[in-house]
Amino acid sequence: MTAFDMRGPAHDDPPHDGGDGPPQGGGDGPAGDGAEPLPEDATVDLAQERAESHVDDVLDVLDAELVGLAAVKTRIRQIAALLLIDRLRARFGLSTTPPNLHMCFTGSPGTGKTTVAMRLAELLHRLGYLRRGHLVAVTRDDLVGQYVGHTAPKTKEVLKRAMGGVLFIDEAYYLYRAENERDYGQESIEILLQMMENQRHDLVVVLAGYKDRMDSFFASNPGMSSRIAHHIDFPDYTDEELAAIGDMMLRDAGYALGPETVQVFRDYLRRRREQPRFANARSVRNALERARLRHASRLLAGGGRVGREQLTTLLPEDFLSSRVFD
Amino acid sequence: MRITQGTFSYLPDFTDEEITAQIAYVLGNGWPCSVEFTDDPHPRNNYWEMWGLPMFDLVDPAAVLYEINECRRAYPSHYIRLNAYDAGTRQTTALSFIVQRPDEEPGFRLDREESSDRRIRYRLHPYVLDRPAGQRYV
Repeated sequence: MTAFDMRGPAHDDPPHDGGDGPPQGGGDGPAGDGAEPLPEDATVDLAQERAESHVDDVLDVLDAELVGLAAVKTRIRQIAALLLIDRLRARFGLSTTPPNLHMCFTGSPGTGKTTVAMRLAELLHRLGYLRRGHLVAVTRDDLVGQYVGHTAPKTKEVLKRAMGGVLFIDEAYYLYRAENERDYGQESIEILLQMMENQRHDLVVVLAGYKDRMDSFFASNPGMSSRIAHHIDFPDYTDEELAAIGDMMLRDAGYALGPETVQVFRDYLRRRREQPRFANARSVRNALERARLRHASRLLAGGGRVGREQLTTLLPEDFLSSRVFD
Repeated sequence: MRITQGTFSYLPDFTDEEITAQIAYVLGNGWPCSVEFTDDPHPRNNYWEMWGLPMFDLVDPAAVLYEINECRRAYPSHYIRLNAYDAGTRQTTALSFIVQRPDEEPGFRLDREESSDRRIRYRLHPYVLDRPAGQRYV
């Protein structure tokens, strides 16, 4: 924000012109922060604005940390661009209606919905859309009460806690139980809708869950669907992407796959995908955790002396003893 | 007669931006906020009605301002104050100020009562208390 003020002196003159200022402001009224709008013929340096907002830091982290998800990243970039341009428009005194940023993330478990929501909160904070940029992740239990009159205060409290940041509702379709029309979830949805409409400058609501169940949730709650501008689908990862994710996780944990292990690990992922309860990146993480366990026991059982090489390298048998290969 | 209770009461009434700045300071200190309202302006009236429960774990002032506005909507002409409680070493109210007051504050009357031995007892009587609760400020 200081960046705004620092550019002030260059345009010191127009405000002193007196009466001219307000009429040519476009009649939209002041932007609200009391700063004089830039004159009509002024120009601003986009590259500098972009650098000052540090938005690229977040976007780069998003690119580096998340494998695949091209469509998701594109959408996030578009939102970042819009907010940046809106900020510039505001400085020219142009009307800017804050965009509706409530979102719905659909996709299988482990496709990165929560991670993207976290990055999104940070990004919106950098761009000045959110004041705090924290993420409050909740599920039905945190929103819906257990008896009459319990739900409204509970939902409101969660919403208040999320203000200034992002409210992430995981498996949001559980809020609505079609089979029980007196379920308190409906009350929670109504309060949610009301706050999403009235306090939309204070918080961003992200609903997340499986695609098909979210679709039926929206079908029975049309009001919710229309208040959410961005429906983003997180596709399942391909085998290559999963392998890349695994490599990244291993690198972060200070491990490496031995030369023969690479193919075994790929084989493992391919087999694991066929099995029930496959959760994309989360399954990869769990597989690696178990491989680390086997690796540690193998080393201890072997005895003798070990070096850096042995301590960091996972061998094929660390994966092959998994029941996936039975 | 403008009543002066709590912090900042000799200053002009705060705007929402100024209230937000105070809330930000309060939350920055980690003090939970609560909103209270009353229609009895007597200075010894310590027990104002609570508007909801005290609010814990908040990070953003907008949440507290939201509750203040909800209370204002429900009681457009009552006194409303914001309290901040320091649960740390002090264990007491750290900040308390009025965020809404009625448009018209009729003020107080001083009653004198003669008791034994020609002693005089004084009593402060808010004019609004002549009307029943709920109809004191319209």
